[in-house]
Amino acid sequence: MVKIILNGTETEVGDDPSMPLLWAIRDLTGATGTKYGCGVGLCGACTVHVDGKAERSCQFTVGDAEGREVTSIEGLDPSGDHRLQAAWRELNVPQCGFCQAGQIMQAASLLAENPKPTDDEILSAMSNNVCRCGCYQRIVAAVRLASTGS
Amino acid sequence: MLKYLETTTDDTTTDVHLSKLSRRGFLGIAGAFTLAAYGGRAEAFETYKTGAAAMPRGIVDDPLVFVSIDSDGTVTLVAHRSEMGTGIRSSIPMVIADEMEADWARVTIVQAPGDEPKYGNQDTDGSRSMRHHIQAARRMGGAVRTMLARAAADGWGIDPADVTVEMHQVKAPDGRILGFGELAETAMAQPVPSHEEIAYKTDAEFRYMGKGEVQITDLRDITTGAAVYGADVMLEGMKTALIARPPVVGGKAKSFDASKALEVPGVVAVHELPYGGLAQKFAPLGGIAVVADNTWAATKGRDALEIEWEAGPHGDYSSTQFMEEMKATAEKPGSVARDKGDIEDAFAKAARTFGQTYTQAHMAHIPMEPPAAVAHYTGDALEIWAPVQSPYTARLDTAKALGLDPEQVRMNVTLLGGGFGRKSKADYVTEAALLSREVGAPVRVQWTREDDVRHSFYHTTSAERIEVALDDAGQVTGWRHRSVAPSIKSTFAPDDGLPMPLEQGMGMTDLPFDIANIRCESGKAMAHTRIGWFRSVSNVPHAWAVGSFVGELAHELGRDQRQMWLDLIGAPRVMDPTADGLPEDFWNYGEPMQEFPIETGRLAEVLNRAADGIGYGRNLPEGEGIGLAVHRSFVSYVGCAARVKLVDGRITVPEMHLAIDCGFAANPERIESQMQGAAVMGMTLALHSGITYENGAVVQSNFYDYDVVRSDNYPRNVVTHIVEHPFSVHATGVGEPGVPPVAPALANALFAATGTRRRSLPMGAQV
Ligand code: FES
Ligand code: FES
Repeated sequence: MVKIILNGTETEVGDDPSMPLLWAIRDLTGATGTKYGCGVGLCGACTVHVDGKAERSCQFTVGDAEGREVTSIEGLDPSGDHRLQAAWRELNVPQCGFCQAGQIMQAASLLAENPKPTDDEILSAMSNNVCRCGCYQRIVAAVRLASTGS
Repeated sequence: MLKYLETTTDDTTTDVHLSKLSRRGFLGIAGAFTLAAYGGRAEAFETYKTGAAAMPRGIVDDPLVFVSIDSDGTVTLVAHRSEMGTGIRSSIPMVIADEMEADWARVTIVQAPGDEPKYGNQDTDGSRSMRHHIQAARRMGGAVRTMLARAAADGWGIDPADVTVEMHQVKAPDGRILGFGELAETAMAQPVPSHEEIAYKTDAEFRYMGKGEVQITDLRDITTGAAVYGADVMLEGMKTALIARPPVVGGKAKSFDASKALEVPGVVAVHELPYGGLAQKFAPLGGIAVVADNTWAATKGRDALEIEWEAGPHGDYSSTQFMEEMKATAEKPGSVARDKGDIEDAFAKAARTFGQTYTQAHMAHIPMEPPAAVAHYTGDALEIWAPVQSPYTARLDTAKALGLDPEQVRMNVTLLGGGFGRKSKADYVTEAALLSREVGAPVRVQWTREDDVRHSFYHTTSAERIEVALDDAGQVTGWRHRSVAPSIKSTFAPDDGLPMPLEQGMGMTDLPFDIANIRCESGKAMAHTRIGWFRSVSNVPHAWAVGSFVGELAHELGRDQRQMWLDLIGAPRVMDPTADGLPEDFWNYGEPMQEFPIETGRLAEVLNRAADGIGYGRNLPEGEGIGLAVHRSFVSYVGCAARVKLVDGRITVPEMHLAIDCGFAANPERIESQMQGAAVMGMTLALHSGITYENGAVVQSNFYDYDVVRSDNYPRNVVTHIVEHPFSVHATGVGEPGVPPVAPALANALFAATGTRRRSLPMGAQV
């Protein structure tokens, strides 16, 4: 049995170390906030944190995650009120919402490393998170709001 | 812990909560007011005809179907349209709540399953949810408010006319107050009042409508990961299936060997599904399904299948060759769809003529959530959970595919991770149902992104030839538009290569220009893949051609772009179907022309607002330019002004202004978000999105080669201008009309910036 620390809890994720973390989290633990959008590392819908750093869970095997701290959107903040989540709500960012967990996880990793990113730094950090609905303008504004308060 | 989707068993038996968590958002409210229960103010809401009645199973406006009140005061409203990002799951209930004087913070929304006999039409497409349902929503809200007032007045023994209803409370003149919860039982037992008995709000009394302050009901869940989309439904014992579908539509497996797939741990079964093809509506394409304990096992199992495919009748389809054929067809006369004046005479007498041809590749919707569905067949019943735009159609089609009575099928609607027309065609639902029956367990069918790119119902491909006759003074005396594009019709019936009036009416036969002689013709093009509607449908190729051509004509005649548009649109007028030579079977988005006419003044207005907004005419640095386009679609008017700036040969869009006139703007905040989304989707289809075919199969597969606009190069600073109207100016459409003018505005801007003219979509991101 492979074990990871998912959102603070030691969790068994099957016995196939080649299984992408994405499917382990979704299918085996039932935490469905992490989304499948491409499976090839090009859309960011599946973004989670491994040891605090944003990773594409479709490109990260459970074998590689063994014993490590994995955070999905459900574990980003105990009450769901991380400043990014609050900023997302304040600016009414989502349309369909499907990409947004990945967007928020990507942004959270950026702010953890770089609390006051410039707009260019935000754009480049977020550039591999696709939003087919086209919420980019509000996504960037929400990251800015969360980082600077305005 | 797995979470299981709950099915409520209370009064609204058939409705599903899309999350177990609270879904209420913050609400900023404008000043409160009091409202007399009724006093004959039905005139505050004059009803009008829409195309709603002509939709299958029309409109239901019975408040007892859509509204319930708990004794604790919780108001439960049913959303019967599908939520795919437009906000409609919140916006229609918001209208009910407003007219009902319900406190939005005490409103819970439940999603209706596919049940049109009960809820009326549920096809969430055609940008018509608000257009068709705003009146019913006001009627239901007003009726319940009246019922609450009457119940309170009865209890107090006073005249209901003396009662006021305000924010979840009913008040007597002497200060007595009853809450909605206390009145729930007696109010809902009152007879439902007629339209004339309801004292509707005046526009000034709207609390939520027109304000844009109500937040979407799923906002919190979306940001915490609790929102439920198609693939998020978890049932006990559920299996996951991936399907290897024929690479060419209408193809089959000649032979296959599943032995290696069956050896993959976790794979439980391999099944061959019946094959589909063209003219089979939304039936699945068939193929070899691998059913497994989880998605990863299914993926490995599918990879291990050995299949020899047989292409079938469309194995020769090459989109490059097809495009050349369509362009050649567009040079020749076609079947006449609109004939105003005498086009032959105009060309015979022309001082000169000018023409160009514009093309557009097939496109795929690629909603962020690829198709997925969960089905549970239990012998005498089938329950489905899926992200579908047309839940009742999905239910009927799936019942038929399994030989069930529709009454045996329950179709639950989850949130849609984007739709754009793809999820109106629920082949994936039928796949899940067939497989659940095969394996005797709940089955989730998951489409991979590759499946989605390669096995969709594609936006048509087209060649559009526009030619004008000009007099000595450079005035346009004749306009001839020849359109060649395979029709959506081919998905439903054997193809004759010609379009339907509804496709022609989307930006070709409705040309709003003041030109004496106009002819629109359609040339034949047979479909070789499944053609389906994509956001904005035929408006995309038509607006692309017309909008680009206006820009080219301006240049050709040495005129200003904006002036060229305004000259062609002419003086403000209401188009007259007879004098303007519109076809007998002209399609006005299903709406009556008397109520939803084509008004050229509104078209000019949105063009001017967008152009003024961006500062059209100002001096720009080298390598920058502004392009304009304006288009009426889904009975709304949208003007687009885009500024293009070339950065190292790459097309960037530092600024875009979109001005929309959609009649009464019920929820301006979501209208703005739809315009921002349209800017991005418009830029994506302008620069990136093309599906091509070789040997009958789609060449592209994933974001590698079917790329979209990302945050490193999106239209920055999209500014939305909404033309304000009272309720009496009918609400029209919002989801689609923003898209069509974007690509031609970008092409015109690119030309203004660089002198480079692009005539094919996608035009590429580099110059
Ligand atoms: S699903 Fe992992 S990057 Fe797209
Ligand atoms: S909100 Fe729909 S994909 Fe981003």
